[in-house]
Amino acid sequence: MNYLLLIAAMVAVTFLPRYLPFYLASKLQLPRSVEQALNYVPIAVLTIIVVQTSLFREGQLAMSLDNPYIGASIVAFVVALWQKRLFVTILAGLVSYAVLRYWLLG
Amino acid sequence: MISNKLQSTIEGARDTLPLVFAAIPFAIVYGALGHAQGLPDWVVIAISMVVFAGASQFIAITLMATGAALPVIVLTVFVVNLRHMLYAVSLIPYVKQFSQLKRLPMAFTLTDETYAVAFNRATQDDPSAHFAHYYLGSAAFMYLNWQLCTWIGLVAGNQFPQLTSFGLDIAMVVAFIGIVVPHLKIPSHWVCALVAALSGTLTYDWPNQSGLLFSSVIAIISGVMFENAFNKKTIIKKEAP
Repeated sequence: MNYLLLIAAMVAVTFLPRYLPFYLASKLQLPRSVEQALNYVPIAVLTIIVVQTSLFREGQLAMSLDNPYIGASIVAFVVALWQKRLFVTILAGLVSYAVLRYWLLG
Repeated sequence: MISNKLQSTIEGARDTLPLVFAAIPFAIVYGALGHAQGLPDWVVIAISMVVFAGASQFIAITLMATGAALPVIVLTVFVVNLRHMLYAVSLIPYVKQFSQLKRLPMAFTLTDETYAVAFNRATQDDPSAHFAHYYLGSAAFMYLNWQLCTWIGLVAGNQFPQLTSFGLDIAMVVAFIGIVVPHLKIPSHWVCALVAALSGTLTYDWPNQSGLLFSSVIAIISGVMFENAFNKKTIIKKEAP
């Protein structure tokens, strides 16, 4: 396989979609409806990454108490609702994960 | 002023710290996997340095090892990485102010992690507060960490089997929860999140993360439609005598 050609092609298809919107940023005026929709991007994409990582274990849907990701995610969710500091949410999520995992394995 | 810029850079790196930790096992596993699959070291390192796109890199080296044809690999990488285009479009209002020269490295280092913290900064604080420095502080930290851990994975080889199965991706999950929740301000945001969760679950087994792209679009449209319907109702109420 021609590695150089492959890497160059991969750079093109990963960099251009990231750069094109930035390049055009000052040239195009986004319609109001598009700007409105863009506010939903982080909510939509990050929520999907969260559920697809925490609800599935080894490619299978694992919506049971054996899956410590779910308990830890719920704790992180509640803590994030209660206060806004990212660090506190992460700490609460990780501690509850460790406790759940230890408890489930023990 | 220089110290303000430096401070913004440091704040960007600081806010990304939990996500940098979360990325460590992924980069190590990537390096180890590339090594195990018999790819030349320089190829594994070069992909991390010039492609710099987590999930796409995994899929690329896996496909390369199975002897997939070049167009198949490139097309798959393109689709898997396409969500970054959504990220870039949503950052347009905040990068407009910067020169094209600054936008180049910003685009090159756009990842899930830097997007998440940068969008937070752009929408919650004063967006003019050295946004580019904040962004590049976050991105540089992610980038350097990714290179270092790719190299560790290569050198340590098979010392780290299946790191993700030990549950190290939990840090990423709870970090993303901590980023999304403060954005849920009005009912339509919740509608978007609920549709995203439901659709993301149902489309999990779609190939090459096409379920992620499909679900994102459905969730965004749901949120916008709900917001518009809700606003129309309040306008009508206001206009009624």
